[in-house]
Amino acid sequence: MSQRTPLHDVHVALGAKMVPFAGFEMPVQYPAGITAEHKSVRENVGLFDVSHMGEFMIRGPQAIDFANYVTTNDVAALAVGQAQYSTILNQGGTIVDDCLVYRFPDHLMMVVNASNKDKDLAHISAYMGRFDCSIEDVSDRIALLALQGPRAQEVMARFTDVNLDDIAYYHFQVATVAGVPGVILSRTGYTGEDGFELYFDASRAVEMWNALMSEGSVTPAGLGARDTLRLEMGMALYGNDIDDGTTPYEAGLGWLVKLKKGDFVGKEALERQKAAGIPRKLIGFTMPDRAFPRHGYPVSYNGAASGEVRSGTMSPTLGIAIGTAYLPLAAAKEGTEFEVEIRGKRLPAVVQKMPFYKNASHR
Amino acid sequence: MANVPGDLLYTAEHEYIRDRGDGIVEVGITDYAQGELGDVVYLELPKVGTSFARHDVFGTIEAVKAVSELFAPLAGEVTEVNTRLDGEPAIVNSDPFGEGWMIRLKVKDPDELATLLKPDAYSAQIG
Repeated sequence: MSQRTPLHDVHVALGAKMVPFAGFEMPVQYPAGITAEHKSVRENVGLFDVSHMGEFMIRGPQAIDFANYVTTNDVAALAVGQAQYSTILNQGGTIVDDCLVYRFPDHLMMVVNASNKDKDLAHISAYMGRFDCSIEDVSDRIALLALQGPRAQEVMARFTDVNLDDIAYYHFQVATVAGVPGVILSRTGYTGEDGFELYFDASRAVEMWNALMSEGSVTPAGLGARDTLRLEMGMALYGNDIDDGTTPYEAGLGWLVKLKKGDFVGKEALERQKAAGIPRKLIGFTMPDRAFPRHGYPVSYNGAASGEVRSGTMSPTLGIAIGTAYLPLAAAKEGTEFEVEIRGKRLPAVVQKMPFYKNASHR
Repeated sequence: MANVPGDLLYTAEHEYIRDRGDGIVEVGITDYAQGELGDVVYLELPKVGTSFARHDVFGTIEAVKAVSELFAPLAGEVTEVNTRLDGEPAIVNSDPFGEGWMIRLKVKDPDELATLLKPDAYSAQIG
């Protein structure tokens, strides 16, 4: 039985196509379609319901030490009011999930992928014994909306008294938005555009959605556009680009690993991999021919199989085929040519630096 | 609700067949199919003169969400291809039964027409 977000009926009334995703019924697109929704976010502003995401509250005197032990980035380096992107590893150094960690005056919030939420909670809870802290899964009580696009701040300013210029990228404030108190107003997102993610009381979700939509020029956007937007930016998607068979170093997420911060789960394995040499790297690619690379299509380099396309689409903004794949380290540099097999035909692909889209408005 | 014109024939694979009465049929995908596929990005269509047996794959349709194969609803030879779809694939979404037609086929066995789905049978299928 799949779960519904508090906005399920709102999406259905808007004519959204609902699909099963991570145990939820989620809007993959509205009647405007993925391409139009994508364009609205790049050029104007779009609103996403991502309430399926998981949120854990970590409290107690050793909350920071605990979070530091189960994630790779340095939680102690976070200022109050700041958030960071990070990964959760297993002892083998491969990725259990990617996540955001928010630092509040007296606690932390960890935001994880819906599809991994229960796995993550079991995994990190196993390390709690040695830390004086508690963890609570509050996912069902929190709605999450993402307002994304170059006009996001202009729209948001109509619904809050907060001086939004005070909230820098990857920072947040707790504020009243559209009359809803206690909203975590975070300048983050998964589109590359400027924008905000709002975490708040799930019982106020419809009220908040309707308020933001009342602005008139805000386009509801679904998971389909979310995926094409994030891929144009080269942002990783768990289950595609990263999974429990990949390490952060292989995935180009070495910047999330702080080996000097002290011990953490997966550290030894990462140190071993670093010493031995990273065998392969996640690369971005484009295809010169008309083609639509999709997740799972076979990849070959120098005639030898090299895994599969991890993410792929026809970039709505650039009008060309873009994707990601893992290549042997020596091949993982801009300009390397390899092949993607599409329905029995091997077509040329070229390694290109990510992001594919270079004019995004995030700051 | 998806539009199902009463003057066309259909397949269970969501193609429509417009019988022009001159031994040539026009083939495209239905309004329901384009709605399910979402934004069409491009199509691979056969060359004029290619012959197909019934149920052969005659092309592919790449949409943002998924790729689908196109099946020949009848045995026949391609007499015309809608080349406009090359540059304007979105017409399949906006006007599937009109400007969004894909190929014209010279029917090999006119008796096969009687085995295609009538509009009410197709409507019942997409419910």
